[in-house]
Amino acid sequence: MQPASSVGIVVPRTAHFSTPLILKSGAVLSSYDLVYETYGTLNADKTNAILVCHALSGNHHVAGVYTEHDKKPGWWDNMIGPGKPIDTERFFVIGLNNLGGCHGSTGPASIDPASGQPFGSQFPLVTVEDWVESQARLADSLGIHQFAAVMGGSLGGMQALHWSIQHPERIRHCLVIASAPRLTAQNIAFNDVARQAILTDPDFFGGDFYAHDTRPRRGLRLARMLGHITYLSDDVMGSKFGRILRNGTFNYGYDVEFEIESYLRYQGDKFAESFDANTYLLMTKALDYFDPTHHHSNGKLSDALKPAQADFLVLSFTSDWRFAPERSREIVKALLDNERRVSYAEITSGHGHDAFLMPDAHYHSLVRAYMERVAA
Amino acid sequence: MTRHDFQTIANWVKPGSKILDLGCGDGSLLKFLQDSRQARGYGVELTDANILAGVKNGINIIQNDLESGLSVFESDSFDHVILSQTLQAMRHTEAILREMLRVGREGIVTFPNFGYWKNRLQVLRGTMPVSDDIPYQWYDTPNVHLCTMHDFEALCVKLGFRIRERVVMTAGAPVRILPNLAGSLAVYRFERAQ
Repeated sequence: MQPASSVGIVVPRTAHFSTPLILKSGAVLSSYDLVYETYGTLNADKTNAILVCHALSGNHHVAGVYTEHDKKPGWWDNMIGPGKPIDTERFFVIGLNNLGGCHGSTGPASIDPASGQPFGSQFPLVTVEDWVESQARLADSLGIHQFAAVMGGSLGGMQALHWSIQHPERIRHCLVIASAPRLTAQNIAFNDVARQAILTDPDFFGGDFYAHDTRPRRGLRLARMLGHITYLSDDVMGSKFGRILRNGTFNYGYDVEFEIESYLRYQGDKFAESFDANTYLLMTKALDYFDPTHHHSNGKLSDALKPAQADFLVLSFTSDWRFAPERSREIVKALLDNERRVSYAEITSGHGHDAFLMPDAHYHSLVRAYMERVAA
Repeated sequence: MTRHDFQTIANWVKPGSKILDLGCGDGSLLKFLQDSRQARGYGVELTDANILAGVKNGINIIQNDLESGLSVFESDSFDHVILSQTLQAMRHTEAILREMLRVGREGIVTFPNFGYWKNRLQVLRGTMPVSDDIPYQWYDTPNVHLCTMHDFEALCVKLGFRIRERVVMTAGAPVRILPNLAGSLAVYRFERAQ
């Protein structure tokens, strides 16, 4: 039995789009699929829809489970469900796998209709703008003209933020969590080390590893290990692993000795088996490219956010050094400059960037309280 | 139940004004001004509990430490900047007052008047004052910079502020005679002198 606060067993659906999508890069996807899940009921006026945008390694499985005994619920199950901060008894919640993903939506591992082979290296780079456009088409297909809210953490927060600029009239509220208006050089640097790990793996085959019946496990594993370090705080790593040795003694070798090594290698291995390397590359590039000020000569975020009409809740976490509170404050400042209705909280947490996925009581209370406004 | 200074402040706020409420607590004053004066604006708070209360109250609330200034706000972006019963708990008193008149046209400050006779009497008797407007024991108080009305007015002169109006009250009733002695709570509105 699933608890009453779970949306229960969910079934992903696929929407097919045959109107070509012209991407920011100039490339065109002539047709594509988006896989998505929904929770709750769309009301008659279609005014209670919430779009949840996923982060780097996320997908459409946001809440609920796939079978009665499924032990692994969706990635934001603690946030979304009956009576939860995003209450599915009031809201109709949509999660989708972004274009370029590897969980069912058209991506690098999908078959290119032109060649009958996986896209691989031929899959075009997609940007946050492209995702927003494809998400808008998904909304159209569901008859949703305006979202009650669009929300997301990290890269998902960037999509939510861009929704407010790209389709200002289609979003009433925008929840931007543990995000940033654009990446810093340090952030891009981390992403590039991750990409280099993949790109230089001999099993990568220039992105066309599918034909060789292999995958660049070593590269993807390293990329994930590096990423994982940056998602945690020094404190949480210290308290979780410290300098604990697996066997209590030094072995004077290079096998796993410290618990943190064991943990990271395990996470890396798990990820390397389940995630697509091309998707990882593409997602990190989308992160790097994201910059709403890109088309503004003076580079001012305030100017870039001028079109926004939504009300905003911006949240950051004190120990998040990958998407630090200062970066959220830049978003808040730009919204204040535009006299937008905005609330901002800096949540005390030791969990680093990953805090946005954790069930912190204050964090969830804030989202719950804000959603009262969204429902009103 | 509204605090005694709310109505005084509301009387000074023109309908539709843009307000910044510093140390806004749970947002009651801002909500009061929104409802009674159709004001719009933001509250600034530091504590998690008040941020949550503010979100629940339906105001725009920004978590920010006033001691570190108001850099998130542009100059001259508010009609009124309010610091209600917070001044006495600030460490950087001069800095926040200057910031108030940088980001806003008019500042509104309320504080417990240390010169109130009951406070003076307690000091004369040899104890730190505890009263309705200063309800803390000396060892357990957020207040670090208590002042009298004379003190505040002298600081305004030093900072180049012109006091536009002041209202003094005791238990909610206005005080007109010997305010620095008879008044428990002082409410000031001020602007840049030039």
